[in-house]
Order: sequence, then structure tokens, then C-alpha cells
Amino acid sequence: MFSDDDISACWLTFQVASLSTLILLMVGTPLAWWLARTESRWKGICNTVVALPLVLPPTVLGFYLLVLLGPNGPVGGFMVKLGLNPLPFTFSGLVVASVLYSLPFVVQPLQTAFAAIGEQTLEAAATLRAGPWDAFFTVVIPLARPGFLTAAILGFAHTVGEFGVVLMIGGNIPGKTRVASVQIYNHVEALEYHQAHWLAGGLLVFAFTVLLVLYGGLKSRPAVEPMR
Amino acid sequence: MNYAIAARFALDYGAFRLDVDLHLPGSGVSVLFGPSGSGKTTFLRCVAGLERAAIGHLMVNGKQWEDSESGLFLPPHRRAIGYIFQQANLFPHLNVYGNLCFGLKRIGKKPADSDLDRMIKMLGIGHLLDRMPARLSGGERQRVAIARALVLNPDILLMDEPLAALDDQRKHEILPYLTRLHQELDIPVLYVTHARQEVAKLADHLVILNEGRVLAAGTLAETLSRLDLPTAEDNQVAMIWEGRIAAHESEYHLTRVDCAGIELSMPLIDAAIGSPVRVQIYASDVSIALAVPNTTSILNVMFATITGLADNQKGQTVLRLKVGALPLLALITLKSKLMLNLAIGMSVYVQIKGTSILN
Repeated sequence: MFSDDDISACWLTFQVASLSTLILLMVGTPLAWWLARTESRWKGICNTVVALPLVLPPTVLGFYLLVLLGPNGPVGGFMVKLGLNPLPFTFSGLVVASVLYSLPFVVQPLQTAFAAIGEQTLEAAATLRAGPWDAFFTVVIPLARPGFLTAAILGFAHTVGEFGVVLMIGGNIPGKTRVASVQIYNHVEALEYHQAHWLAGGLLVFAFTVLLVLYGGLKSRPAVEPMR
Repeated sequence: MNYAIAARFALDYGAFRLDVDLHLPGSGVSVLFGPSGSGKTTFLRCVAGLERAAIGHLMVNGKQWEDSESGLFLPPHRRAIGYIFQQANLFPHLNVYGNLCFGLKRIGKKPADSDLDRMIKMLGIGHLLDRMPARLSGGERQRVAIARALVLNPDILLMDEPLAALDDQRKHEILPYLTRLHQELDIPVLYVTHARQEVAKLADHLVILNEGRVLAAGTLAETLSRLDLPTAEDNQVAMIWEGRIAAHESEYHLTRVDCAGIELSMPLIDAAIGSPVRVQIYASDVSIALAVPNTTSILNVMFATITGLADNQKGQTVLRLKVGALPLLALITLKSKLMLNLAIGMSVYVQIKGTSILN
């Protein structure tokens, strides 16, 4: 059924997706909050940059990340100077790439959820002695809960499903950067269709279940449009 | 009068400029009245700290909340205010009880040690405590919002057209609670409205705003009896008297009300003798006679002195009179004024036809 390599690839996928989702929620929340409330002229540009991974071929993103993070790139070179390992072909590199790649899937549902909370609700909280942080944790987060749930599910699922970026930045190192989608590719290349079926079928069931939960379980809440 | 609130705000919003310097009493209801765009809501938001004026000075009960010169600006959550918005703005994720306790938690008070029970009773929301806001009517929501603000024992209650978003039926559902609040609370209330009915029912002190400036400020009677204001121009102009029920004449369906020694007969009021009432007398219901009108159907005939008059554009004259110590307005035709040769200082008899009871 599943070889040891398959299981290790699935486990790695799970780790990358979990860590990426966690980072995405931490980075995405303030970003989405700012985007939902700002009237800055940079808003349009920022929205565009966040949405880019939706339309860009994953190989394009992967290519630029490789150039940027590689030992000869500006970021990678700087890291080498600091005595750090450059990120390409490492687990950390995989996580960084996944965070960028899945950013819109987390930011956009959060932004929609935050925007739906009226300014007046926050003003009411302020007149009831709640400072900005207090109001954020006791009013905004509970009211945006469906948005957080959607963001976490989509962010996780989308990271599980990535292939192009992973291949470009992570390569195909067993136990280190070889995730499930890459493992399927390996099986197909080796004409191991039987093995590929198990993994591919597993991911199909996973994706179906996640989306079913999203659209079925949250149906009492305002529908969140799928991206793509 | 003891002025507990001193507020000076100036700010520019594109073409709109607010420039207000007001001293308001430390008790009773000060109504800020004016057309939309007059700056009354902006003024209220400045008092709450929801808006930051370029020039802002605010003292409440001897405490400085804002002083733009020294850069002092208490954010809204550090001002001891209660704020009632046009929409109740209840937190949709908390039930009524959770909403009522939201502020209490933040001032470190246990519900048992607070006025919570009293406010729940006063606003009649005891049966709603477990409900979510989505399952309340508009009037119920606004009552919960009022209780939620009042349990914090604020130094000042700010109400921004709290009835404007409600239909007439809901308005009449809430007004008695507001009147009660008016009688039972001793904190100052700033009440923004453009509805005359609310002014007549609730105001002790009246501030008239127009285009970001104060046109008049003073006690209700003082401000209403000013003839130089645009409010004196229309047919709705009226005077408010406060009094107590002196006697009932139930055989005639009449009640006699004593207003500072002047007795008025009016349609029967369903209230005990001695209860306080507000009486509204429209200027158009007041007529003038030079001699005692012996043969008249009108029950309320009083001696008065003319203290002011102003002709308007519609062939009418508004007279300001003094009946004993009370001011009164009369709206008569310009022709009558000339025929009777009315002038300031003249003694006349006023006949009051209809009166309406406000509470």
C-alpha cells in the first residue's frame, strides 16, 4: 500500500502545512486587519501583491524565490554572510515558500471577515472601556471566527496541494523536502501507477473532505467564495 | 448655574467647520438641537473622544479629558462616558447579559456590586437576558444598549439620536423609559436630536446648533422664548411649562395643573395629584385680548405682559409674553397686532386654547 517513503512524504507534508498555516495566521491577521481598515494609497498595491500567487504560475514564484534566496541572491547572500545556511533545498525554505504561496488563501477570508465588522461595533467597545487590543481579542476575533476557520482550512489545504513551488525551492530530497505531491510525481515518472493511485486518491479524499467541511459545516455563516 | 462641563472644539472637515464653545450644567438633560449637518453629532463624538478636534478642550466634573495645547487626549475607553448610538451596536456574539457585563468587567466591578439589577428593572429588560441581540426588536436593543452604558455609572451620558432609527411605535415604547431616566438619574445627559417632540419631552437645557456653530444655549424656556432664532419662525413654535397636578375635575374630564403658581385647565391626565407634568403650549393656540374676555369658551385666561415681538415673513407676529414668572409665546397675525396696537411693555390678557401634556 504505502511505502516508507510515501509515509515520510505525507508526514513531511503535514509538518510543512501545519507550520505554514500557523505562520500564515500570525502574519496574515495583522496584514488582513490593516488591509480591511486602511485608507492608505498603498492599499491597492498591497492587495495586488497578496493576490499574485492566485494567478502566477507556481514555477514563476519558485524561480524568483530560488534566485532571491540562493547563496548568490540578495537575501541568500546576506544569510551566508551571517553564517546561516541558505534556504533553498531545506525544510525552512519549503515553509517560507509555502507561506508566500498560500498567503492570499489566508489573508482574503480574514480581510472579508474583518471588513464585515462595522466601525460602530468597535466604537461601542471603546465607549465601554475596552482599549484597542482588548477590543481586538474580545470583539473582533470572536466575530471573525468563521473567517479564521476558513483561512486556516484553506491555508492548510492549499499548502498540502502545492507542487511547482516546492519542486523549485525544495527539490526532491527524501525525508527533507520531498512532500506528497512530489512523491506522486516520482511514482508516475517511475511508472509505479499503483503507488501513485494510493497517494493521489488519498489527497483527493483529503481535499474533498476539507471542502465539504468548509461548505457544509459553515453553511449557516456567510458563504466564502473559493479562490480559483 | 453650576456648569460641570466645559467643552471647546474646533475642527475642519472639508467644507464643514465645527466651532463650538459650550458650558453645560452638571445635571439634567441638555439637548443639542439642529438640522442634519449642523455638527451636533460631531460635537458629541468629540466629547466621547471618538473624534479628535484640532482644537479641543474638555473638562468634565473638574477633570481635564482633553487639552490640545498640552497634547492631552484621553482615548474614548479612558473617559467615564456612556454613549448611546443611533443603532444599538450590541455585540452580536454575546447575549443580552454578556453585553450588559462587557463594560463592568473592564472597570473591575462584579455584577452583584453594580447597578445592574436596578438598570435591568428600570429599562424593563429582565426577560431578555438570555437572548442574542439578533432576536431582539429595535426598541429592545436600544433599551439594552442604554442599560449597558448606564451600569458603568458614567460621569456623563451621551445620546446620539437614540430614537432616530426606530419607527413611531418603537419610539413611543422607549420615550417613557427616557423620561423615567430623566427623573431618576442625576448624571448630566447630552442628547442629540432633530426631533421637536424629544426636545419638548426631555430637555432641561437647550443648545441650538447650525452649520457648526452655537446659535443659542440656555435653559429650555430661555432658549425657546428667543425670537431671534430660526426656530421662532415656524408654526410649530411652542413653550414648555413644568408643573404639578393640582386637582382633577373628573365630571368635566379636566385636570388642573399648577405651573409656578399659574393654574391651567387641560384634558384629564391619568396621574396622581402632585405628580410632575410637562405642558406644551403652541404659540398658535394662544390668543390676545386687551380687556378681560368675560364671555369666552376658553378656560385658561391669564394676565400677561408683552416682553418682545417679532414679525415674520408670512404676515404673522410672534409675541413673547410673561405670565407671572413664566414665559409664553403667542403667534398672531400682523393685522391683529396692528389693530390692537400691541407693543412691548403692554399688559394684555392671553387665552390658551389647547394644551398638550408631554408626560
